[in-house]
Amino acid sequence: MIWLNPSETDALGISLSVAARSVLLSLPPAVLLAWVLTRRRFLGHTLLDALVHLPLVLPPVMVGYLLLLLFGARGPIGAWLERAFGIELVFTRNGAALATAVMAFPLMVRAMRISLENVDRGLEDAARTLGAGALDRFATVTLPLMLPGVLAGAITAFSAALGEFGAVITFVSNIPGETRTLPLALYSALQTPGGDEAAARLAAISFVLGLGGLLLSEWFARKVRRLLGR
Amino acid sequence: MMLELAAKKNRGNFALDARFELPTPGVVALFGRSGCGKSTVVNVIAGLLDADQGRVVLDDAVLLDTERQINVTPERRRIGYVFQDARLFPHMNVAANLRYAEKRAPAQRYVSFDAVAGMLDLDPLMQRRTHQLSGGERQRVAIGRALLSQPRLLLLDEPLASLDAARREEVLPYLETLRDQLAIPMVYVSHNFDEILRLATYVVLMEAGKTIAQGGVGEMSLNANLRAIIGADSVGAIVDGAALGLDAVSGLMRVQVGSCELKVQPVAAAAGVKLRVQLLARDLIVATREPQHVSVRNVLTGVVRAVTGDDPGSDLVAIDIGETLIMARVTKAATRELGLAPSLPVWVLVKAVSLRAYPRAGWPRCDPGA
Repeated sequence: MIWLNPSETDALGISLSVAARSVLLSLPPAVLLAWVLTRRRFLGHTLLDALVHLPLVLPPVMVGYLLLLLFGARGPIGAWLERAFGIELVFTRNGAALATAVMAFPLMVRAMRISLENVDRGLEDAARTLGAGALDRFATVTLPLMLPGVLAGAITAFSAALGEFGAVITFVSNIPGETRTLPLALYSALQTPGGDEAAARLAAISFVLGLGGLLLSEWFARKVRRLLGR
Repeated sequence: MMLELAAKKNRGNFALDARFELPTPGVVALFGRSGCGKSTVVNVIAGLLDADQGRVVLDDAVLLDTERQINVTPERRRIGYVFQDARLFPHMNVAANLRYAEKRAPAQRYVSFDAVAGMLDLDPLMQRRTHQLSGGERQRVAIGRALLSQPRLLLLDEPLASLDAARREEVLPYLETLRDQLAIPMVYVSHNFDEILRLATYVVLMEAGKTIAQGGVGEMSLNANLRAIIGADSVGAIVDGAALGLDAVSGLMRVQVGSCELKVQPVAAAAGVKLRVQLLARDLIVATREPQHVSVRNVLTGVVRAVTGDDPGSDLVAIDIGETLIMARVTKAATRELGLAPSLPVWVLVKAVSLRAYPRAGWPRCDPGA
């Protein structure tokens, strides 16, 4: 059994809360983009596809820096968000959620696309002949059938969000009790003399969370497959 | 009431040029070899495929007219579609699949949920998941689902093609019931002539993307292009008649066809019920003198109308048996020895055991042969 001190419990809580917000934030646009990229062919398709995947290949620190430029207090979007809705992103938990969401976005879209590609379009045609319009078809046939991918994407993105470091520390810094997530706490512990024990505990939690996420994702996928009789 | 179709489409090396105009209700069979464009035609009718040029008119409703830029979306065409692979929704059970159609159907309904379930025996299947159904059950559910959308026209694209002979025999009676009880117009795609014999009112023959002939089943059963597709052994006139009742002595069914009477295998049909009989050309024997002392139960008198060289070894002899044309296959040697030629009076013999009668649709309007 691992005993955590209050600041470590805080880090765990922040991590979970950031990851949850990040998934909720990215789920709708990810479904939309997965659908657009799989089902629509248009000018700029390849460019959009590349843009979605960009966070996978860019240095996370650079993504954090870009977010700072766009969503910072003086950035064009950040200033507007604060003026219009009073939403502050820099140095806040919501900012950390945005940074992790951007980083995990490609993984999420990818999982959804794979599952959407396996949805038999013939079933959508069948729904069409039964009188179902576009939105109706999407909600009652396409979405339920791509649900395994949506769940897998959400769980993968959640796990990835728990571990994001570079983009978070660059965009929202490392503030104990606000933006210090598990990896940030782990990093801080390693920087502190005598922090080895704390580091080991934090590493163990991260390990368990990551593994648990992957197992959960596999279990879900299997359950849904059985439900669909595949 | 009419179903009118004209469609042109060029797709790479395949050019579709289909056209027909037939009365409704009735079962229009689209017949032809695999890949001749039957499914393409059906998809144009459903609106799932756009034609380069086309017109689809069902009764008074113009569903597609490329010239006038009318193209009703599939979800508004009110055309039911039974796919070869059923396409049941795998995330719903049978009842939910049926309700899916019912919920989206127009308020004005001609067939109720219970009626459909009863007609297709779906009640025992309602709680099953779709992957727990046999092939035949799947198609029954698919047919029921299509009907519950209250369609004005039902398209069936090789609904039995993926089933083995026994399963096919299991589903066919349901289709017959549907045809006879609902009087809903159907377009039935098949490359199996048996299904057409059982179900169709009209046959539209397709080859390489083109509609090459169309007409009533009886007339089309003699068509040379159709004969080439179905193969020598399946060639035979399909004649329409009416049940006269079971013969008291032999137990055979007596069927009035034109001015003559045929004895066929017993079927459960009351006197007056419309029946259809196929006289396979290979089962017929032609005689030039009245045969006596033979076991054959059917001896018909007729007049030779034409003798056609069919393949290297045999001739097809078209014989008028009184308002009805039938065909017999004989060897070329027999043609020579008997001197078979147009206007020669002949007797035609056919065993009752090789004749079966099937119920046929009874709409007078679309049954010119009746």
